[in-house]
Amino acid sequence: MSNLLKGNKYEWEIVIGLEIHAQVKSNSKLFSNSSTAFGSKPNSQVSLVDAAMPGMLPVINSYCVEQAIKTGIGLNAEINNYSVFDRKNYFYADLPQGYQISQYKFPIVGEGKVSIDFKDGSSKDIRIVRLHLEQDAGKSLHDQNPTKTYVDLNRSGVALMEIVSEPDIRSAEEAGLYISKIRSILMYLDTCDGNMQEGSLRADVNISVRRPGEEYGTRCEIKNLNSIKFIKQAINYEAKRQIEILEEGGIIEQNTLLFNTNSGKTRPMRSKEEAHDYRYFPDPDLLPLEIDQKVIDKLVKSIPELPDERKRKYVEEYNLSNYDASVLTADKSVSDFFDRVINSDNLLKDSAKIVVNWITSELFSLLKENNIEIAHSPISPEHLGRMVKLIKEDIISGKIAKDVLIEMFESKAGPEIIIEKKGLRQLTNTNEIENIVDEVLQENKKMVEQYLSGKDKLLGFFVGQSMKKSKGKANPKILNDILKIKLSKKN
Amino acid sequence: MEIKSINQLKSLLDENKISVKEIAQTYIKKIKEKKDLNIFIYFDEDKINDQVKEIEKLPNNKKLKGIPIAVKDLFCTKNMPTTAASKILENFNPTYESFVTQKLINEGSLFVGKTNLDEFAMGSATNTSYFGNTINPLSNKDNPLAPGGSSGGSAAAVAADLCLGSTGTDTGGSIRQPASFCGVVGIKPTYGLCSRWGIAAFASSLDQAGIFSKNVTDASILLEEIAGHDERDSTSSNVAIPNYSKKFNSDLTGKTIGIPKEYTVDGISDEINAVWEDAIKSLEKKGARIKHISLPHTKYALPTYYIIAPAEASSNLARYDGVKYGFRADEAKSLDEMYEMTRSEGFGKEVKRRILIGTYVLSAGYYDAYYLKAQKVRKLIANDFVETFKECDLILTPTAPSAAFPLNEKQDDPIKMYLNDVFTVPASLAGIPGISIPYGKDKNGLPLGMQLLGKHFNEQEVFNAAFALEKDYE
Repeated sequence: MSNLLKGNKYEWEIVIGLEIHAQVKSNSKLFSNSSTAFGSKPNSQVSLVDAAMPGMLPVINSYCVEQAIKTGIGLNAEINNYSVFDRKNYFYADLPQGYQISQYKFPIVGEGKVSIDFKDGSSKDIRIVRLHLEQDAGKSLHDQNPTKTYVDLNRSGVALMEIVSEPDIRSAEEAGLYISKIRSILMYLDTCDGNMQEGSLRADVNISVRRPGEEYGTRCEIKNLNSIKFIKQAINYEAKRQIEILEEGGIIEQNTLLFNTNSGKTRPMRSKEEAHDYRYFPDPDLLPLEIDQKVIDKLVKSIPELPDERKRKYVEEYNLSNYDASVLTADKSVSDFFDRVINSDNLLKDSAKIVVNWITSELFSLLKENNIEIAHSPISPEHLGRMVKLIKEDIISGKIAKDVLIEMFESKAGPEIIIEKKGLRQLTNTNEIENIVDEVLQENKKMVEQYLSGKDKLLGFFVGQSMKKSKGKANPKILNDILKIKLSKKN
Repeated sequence: MEIKSINQLKSLLDENKISVKEIAQTYIKKIKEKKDLNIFIYFDEDKINDQVKEIEKLPNNKKLKGIPIAVKDLFCTKNMPTTAASKILENFNPTYESFVTQKLINEGSLFVGKTNLDEFAMGSATNTSYFGNTINPLSNKDNPLAPGGSSGGSAAAVAADLCLGSTGTDTGGSIRQPASFCGVVGIKPTYGLCSRWGIAAFASSLDQAGIFSKNVTDASILLEEIAGHDERDSTSSNVAIPNYSKKFNSDLTGKTIGIPKEYTVDGISDEINAVWEDAIKSLEKKGARIKHISLPHTKYALPTYYIIAPAEASSNLARYDGVKYGFRADEAKSLDEMYEMTRSEGFGKEVKRRILIGTYVLSAGYYDAYYLKAQKVRKLIANDFVETFKECDLILTPTAPSAAFPLNEKQDDPIKMYLNDVFTVPASLAGIPGISIPYGKDKNGLPLGMQLLGKHFNEQEVFNAAFALEKDYE
């Protein structure tokens, strides 16, 4: 697939690398025991360590370390038995220590890779450079007072994993697929809640453009994007901006940019000249992190089934397409739901494609309308499975099933109860259908004549009228057959 | 009735010959009499009397019940403010108690006050304090002398008999050098023996809490109490703490004492060399074998220290930014201006000098040449000791290149001031224990100190030799 972007003069290739900041799912912070709960009262989750009181010292939270190792394993990456925490020094009001504890030369996780899937069924590997652990900063609140800035340190010290990719990404679409894939892996691993709205997953985008075959161009970094939509918008805007400058003979300055979500434009935050010298050095308050291979081996065994494995299973065992399988597995809760449907009845294994369609079209739109997560779906996987089975067994038609599904959604009842109560069982009795057809033909003699004189299209009209009379319950295939026979007899 | 030692005071208490209240009154009186020496940053009679009531309730088997202790004002204390001798922490009242002081409180000690120091422990004369100089109690009126530093207040408090013991911190000699200047015992234990939790940090990889006292036995009693593992300090070691004084053995038969040739440096008085000789003979008399040794990287210790310590300090002191606590310049019009004004006004000259040095050596382009190189040299220096300790049990050197110098000397020459640490810094870089005990006097009758260095976590052996030397000197 060509990803080239057309400028006024030339075609351009976009080169993108992402730095994803994923909040580690953990009850307490990276170096203190304060809570990490989201949305609490400002400064209610701040320990002496988080506030950088004199003489306070960080102590590593070993659970966060395990979470980072698990994530590394999930990203098919090398786990480093030896890693070091460094101080990244800079001043800001919401950075109480005056430095962020991070990992610089020796990160806990080394090179890895993830694969992204395209609609056409093809896929591509994106290489990961590293993953390291670091502390989050607090939050500066500039909008609470006209002349003052308030600082909330609840987030100060919360553990983040920074996942750095190689510049292997070539379009906004790929960037979106990549971040979705990372998010999905983290959620399967339960090492990050993946909640982008609450800021649990954010990304910095490094972007440059070049003409195909040329060296990498000068890159700009767009900071702190917290939705896939904005990431794509920012990339497309920034790529066009860079292309315009280059085509007009200008040069790209290496800047750090911010993306304005209202205007859809990027603007400079600081230039290379203003770039910080972070004066990284090993944090003397912490010992190097030495991880026993046994610990890593044990964690490898604890890794759950990941999206790629599930995808393979779906394709191989259920004959789903690569794309359907990747859509299903992208969100663990969707995939879990699908698994439960399929596992509820052995016969459904052959109808996996139908199950996928019901989940991704009808159920998704109901859930979306009502703003409900699939994990809390009023329609249980078992009920949906039984409904699909009823369609397969010709007890109801697909069309009726849509109404049944809405009813199931509202009442949480099983499909059989609704079908019986409302008398929605499909008409398969040929006598009954014949009677209906006879009535319709009787009532529309003129139309019949027109049909007989060559207006074939009127067949649809007779089907519609008969279906209406049967209150939608007639089996469409039987109805069709009977109509054709009866009409041909009139000829 | 003269109070001379911890054990003696404990006996007096046990025999009801003195009460905790009387102890408190005795020391309050003494401290008031010596107010001119500016030994304390914080002294409050009421706070002392409040403690008396609490301590009286404690059982007599509390190991330090009623023992008057002075605390270096770098240790955070819940009931007394903590300033680190800096304007930037003026009026700072911690809500927490440092590990070391908490352990002393748990055993019933009576805190008489917070002692003066060089600002953030950066100095060798207790003359960089925002709260003024401390005067060495051994000075005569016409010639005020420096008490050494940075723990000058704590050393002076013991020397002036304003307490039986005091806490100090030693980063490059800040316990041993002032102990030498004030004629008291001062021990810096192995790095990691005492938790750093609650001590305002200067240079994390070097800072270590220790003790000043009137004699080696008291030093060992107090060190035993403040040592111990603390899970809140990742660099604190989990080693068994012996009952040092019960195991004292001044018979040094079979022990080898190393005498490093690199510690005979130019400009050191003959007096010091003569005293060193006396000490060597004294140890020989106790059965020790003397071995002349070499610590070849010694000459790099001082420059190495003055890269690593400021580098760590520049980062450790970044938290004093006026945002959360402590002093804030209030005329600032922007965040950057607030930082600039707060830190310009809040820190003294020496602290600013070291922050600048530290920032420089960590900067892009200079890191490899300075900080990284210094870390490599530090390893070589530490390795010198490892090699030496394969053939020696202890090392004996002078503590400082001179006796206490006049208050205003070296004031304007930082390099000269830094040279004071020349004998103490190598042990700090290696993390090994060192003690300074008074031994001999110079021609003016001022005390000199001998330093004994030992193997990691072998404080016992250091105490044994110090005990032997002390007995001989007495």
